[in-house]
Amino acid sequence: MTATAMEAGPVRVGLERTWWQRHGNTTIVWASRVALLAVVLVLWQLAADRWIDSTFTSKPSDIVRRLVEWSGDGTLWTNTWITVQEIVYGFLLGAAAGALAGFVLASMNLLYRVLDPFMLALYSIPKVALAPLFIVWFGIGVHMKVLLAAVTVFFLVFLNTAAGVREVDRGLIDAVRLMGGGRREIAFKVVLPASMTGLLTGLKVAIPYALIGAVIGELVASNRGLGYLINDAAAQFDTAGVFATLVVLSVIAGLLNVFVGLIGKRVNRWKPLDD
Amino acid sequence: MTAILTANAVTKQFAKDDAAIVALREFDLDIEEGSFVTLLGRSGCGKSTLLNMLAGLTAPSTGQVRYRERTLSGPDTSIGYLTQHDTLMPWRDVLRNVEMPLEIKGTPSGERRRVAMDLIERVGLGGFEKHYPRELSGGMRRRASLARMLAGAPETLLMDEPFGALDAQLRTELQEELLRLWQGSGQTVVFVTHDIEEALLLGDRVVVLGKLGRILLDTEIGLPRPRSADESRVDPEFVALHKELSAALKEEAR
Repeated sequence: MTATAMEAGPVRVGLERTWWQRHGNTTIVWASRVALLAVVLVLWQLAADRWIDSTFTSKPSDIVRRLVEWSGDGTLWTNTWITVQEIVYGFLLGAAAGALAGFVLASMNLLYRVLDPFMLALYSIPKVALAPLFIVWFGIGVHMKVLLAAVTVFFLVFLNTAAGVREVDRGLIDAVRLMGGGRREIAFKVVLPASMTGLLTGLKVAIPYALIGAVIGELVASNRGLGYLINDAAAQFDTAGVFATLVVLSVIAGLLNVFVGLIGKRVNRWKPLDD
Repeated sequence: MTAILTANAVTKQFAKDDAAIVALREFDLDIEEGSFVTLLGRSGCGKSTLLNMLAGLTAPSTGQVRYRERTLSGPDTSIGYLTQHDTLMPWRDVLRNVEMPLEIKGTPSGERRRVAMDLIERVGLGGFEKHYPRELSGGMRRRASLARMLAGAPETLLMDEPFGALDAQLRTELQEELLRLWQGSGQTVVFVTHDIEEALLLGDRVVVLGKLGRILLDTEIGLPRPRSADESRVDPEFVALHKELSAALKEEAR
């Protein structure tokens, strides 16, 4: 048989579209975003000292000045670097442990059922509540923040990976059994790839929590990092300093969200059949 | 002819709370080597349960399934099973899906690719080997599943309403292709369907199943091959058989 006349289905045809038809919507969205930001900043600048006391709200020009000043004397870079390190190490540690634990535990049905309620209980504890204990255990150095971030990330990755493993289509496992595959083949050729969606979802939701964990750790107790910078500036009633740090944190969060977006694309590609 | 696949007083029940739901009771069947047997029955008569046991996926509660004089205690690579629902791995493209049985068997990758490409061509999926299951239509996924099953080079094929979810034209097309692939291969086929016409067009022998797998009718189909769907419909012998099977199914319903 020749390549059978494939069933009636979608056909791909070329399409002529102008630049505006192609990118018009994106352009409008981005232009509006920039405009919104500009309006807020200008209003803020105008309102400060005119209608509201800038001791409390600071103003954009002061914040920029503070950022330039801090970046000049290096305060900004050293503290940002500390926080970024805590986020990255915390995330890697938590994600690796969570993925491994999720994969192994969820594959062992009985053990998983025994541990499930405990895991959920631990997951539900607000992680800030662990900070004092972690200070006792690990001191107020970088370790405590890394671990606080890692614990937060761990549960999110663990729960999502475990869910991914447990939702593996029974039919796919049977398919491998029919091909003569044993436990090893089932684990590596079905369960592992099938749980990728869950794992990636877990990684995706966990990224911002690594930032939260690290900064909370710094807010509770530290002498370095962006959380410390906020505490320190606030203690001196330096609102410009607080806002400047918040700006840096938003930039970091924004960059992390770009990673999240990249992972999100990956997740969609791995998504199983809808039916 | 010798029986290659035998069900011997097979009963299957599923425990549900304090009750057991019986799907199949004291079922006996012999499948002869090289034959094309269609099992015809209404939904819920235990067809899929039976096929799962013949494939070795589930064990009977009592009784036994024997394959080549051995009791079947688990899946056997010489039995291929095409399930009702697609079980292609969504993260593998068509080529790697079809290669999978060979991969598990440990065939070297060059050989694997050659066999898989050949099969993909034979089921009419040439040019689609790099597509993922999600990007294929229902009919194309069926073809890919068929190619994957054949890649394991099974001598017995079990098929559970494989074309049930497809439109009528496509079903006819795939039925013809299945016969073309089967003819001369010496393979044994057990084909489950609820469609009388499909049972008649494909089978050498039709077994009509009633509730709990009771055999209502077991008859050889002497119609000459190749049987074309359009011509058979007006063939008096075909029409007579159709009536006979239809009556058998109806009797049960009463």
